[in-house]
Amino acid sequence: MSNFETLADPPGKRKIVILSLILLLVFILALFSGRYPHGGIMNPKLLFTDPLAWKLVFNLRLPRLLTSLLLGVSLAGAGMVFQMIFANPLVEPGFLGVSQGAAFGAAFAIIFLGSSAWLIQSSAAFFAVAGLGFSYYIAKRVHYGGWVLRLILAGIAVSALFSAGVGIMKYAADPMSQLPEITFWLLGGLWSITWREFFTVLPVSLISTIILLLMRWRLNVLSLDDETAFSLGISPGTARLIFLISATAATAAVISVSGIVNWVGLIVPHIARRLFRSDTRLSLPAAMLLGGIFTIFCDTLARSVFAGEIPLGIFTSLFGAGAFIILLLNKNLRIQK
Amino acid sequence: MNNSLIELNNVSFTYSSENNHVLRTLSMEVQDGDITAILGPNGIGKTTLLHLILGWIKADSGSINLKGKSQQQYSRRDMGQLIGLVPQDEHISFDYSVLEYVLLGRTPHLHPLELPGKKDYIAAVNALKKVGLEKLSDRSVTHLSGGEKQLVLVARSLAQEPKILLLDEPMSNLDLANKIRLIEVLNSLKNEGVTILFTSHEPEVAAAISNYLILMGKENIIRHGYTDKLLTSESLSKTYGIKINVRDFEGKKIVTWH
Repeated sequence: MSNFETLADPPGKRKIVILSLILLLVFILALFSGRYPHGGIMNPKLLFTDPLAWKLVFNLRLPRLLTSLLLGVSLAGAGMVFQMIFANPLVEPGFLGVSQGAAFGAAFAIIFLGSSAWLIQSSAAFFAVAGLGFSYYIAKRVHYGGWVLRLILAGIAVSALFSAGVGIMKYAADPMSQLPEITFWLLGGLWSITWREFFTVLPVSLISTIILLLMRWRLNVLSLDDETAFSLGISPGTARLIFLISATAATAAVISVSGIVNWVGLIVPHIARRLFRSDTRLSLPAAMLLGGIFTIFCDTLARSVFAGEIPLGIFTSLFGAGAFIILLLNKNLRIQK
Repeated sequence: MNNSLIELNNVSFTYSSENNHVLRTLSMEVQDGDITAILGPNGIGKTTLLHLILGWIKADSGSINLKGKSQQQYSRRDMGQLIGLVPQDEHISFDYSVLEYVLLGRTPHLHPLELPGKKDYIAAVNALKKVGLEKLSDRSVTHLSGGEKQLVLVARSLAQEPKILLLDEPMSNLDLANKIRLIEVLNSLKNEGVTILFTSHEPEVAAAISNYLILMGKENIIRHGYTDKLLTSESLSKTYGIKINVRDFEGKKIVTWH
């Protein structure tokens, strides 16, 4: 019994520490990257000589960076949760009507509630959670198929209903003012983030993330067949609901301020599992760290590549889908289903 | 003092989608330390019986007692420590290592927020050794043969250290050597005081290791009794609805048919 230390996988833990350091490095680099005073990386000394640089870094960039960190951590963590509890590597947090619900909520607020930031965020968060609730309600009332299939079908239907709703809103929107606002919200971005948005999102996102991390062993058990999870002393239905609510709450909170940011929740958990295998003791924290790195990287590009800001969702889709295609074409990847 | 560990009182069960009873007012007892074999034709409800004892499905009427206490009085976690299940097959969606997969069996011994520790690793490694797969501990579970996978599922239940072990056709994917190995594992578990129920399609396996036998036949006719008395040509023929002969050969029962 000498090699338990290797069994407990310190190399994996070491990789987590390395990822954390990379995240820290990316965060600091991003904080000083941008187009002030000129394109590229700002000299940190400027902070003490130029009051505008100080304001820019601490009042604009820092809250935005912290929010993009929360966004990446929450979306990637939620993606891992969804993929594990549905035992399906192709689902993501937007699944189950959450993203389309948020989109509908935002469009609704833009048209009918006067488009104040606070109202758009609340309405998006409300309809995101409503999307999950509605999907769950329908799935409970379907009388055929397994629980996972029922939830997936219900999620597809609810998402389609909400996106039809978004279509109607767009059609009815004022093409000069409201339509562009809806379109930009749907593309996703963090240009409007201030400390206020950060502190609105922080509690829900942080609490959900902590719950998911603390319960992560159960996530492994839930990826097994239900009868097996049950035989291991778990109530699969209850445990799954706790994970679903935590993951959805985190997702709803972050996308209420960012708009729709695609692909983070789908691709990052894949990469985490490739690097750390499937055991959620390592793969969940790894997904969260990688999500933070990926989102900060994309958001920094979004605000610094061109003079005008490019919506974040475009970059996450570009890199996310690109990485996905590379994974698909990889000969070593074998899909078991 | 009643020594029965599992007690079924007038248990009936029907799947909601069907009208036929799978079980009708079944009453039986399993004694502490028994190895019970469940034989019967395909689709007769052998797995259903295991699932009822596990609590995964609820009886329409009647009651099930475990250690003299109603099944309903146990918490989920207590049930996890009491009863282990080796399913017939299991869908594996993600590439866990064999050791991680066996470690999942420790879940009922962990608090909801606890991660497995050294003690759990020791239990998992020992379980793997018992089924002879310790060399595969780092292999991905998605890259196992059917027989290896079945033994890994057994190992996971051994790591669980349950008082009652339910196995659903545990031998179906095993080659002869592994079958004998599993029979030895079950016998040594019996010596450790574990009560075992398993379903099977092989009367010889039932004869070799079980001391109690449940024969589930058509029209909800269920016979149960000690294996050496119940495993006869007559009872097997009635159970399967065809002519089957049970013969003694060098102290072992062998089964032949025309």
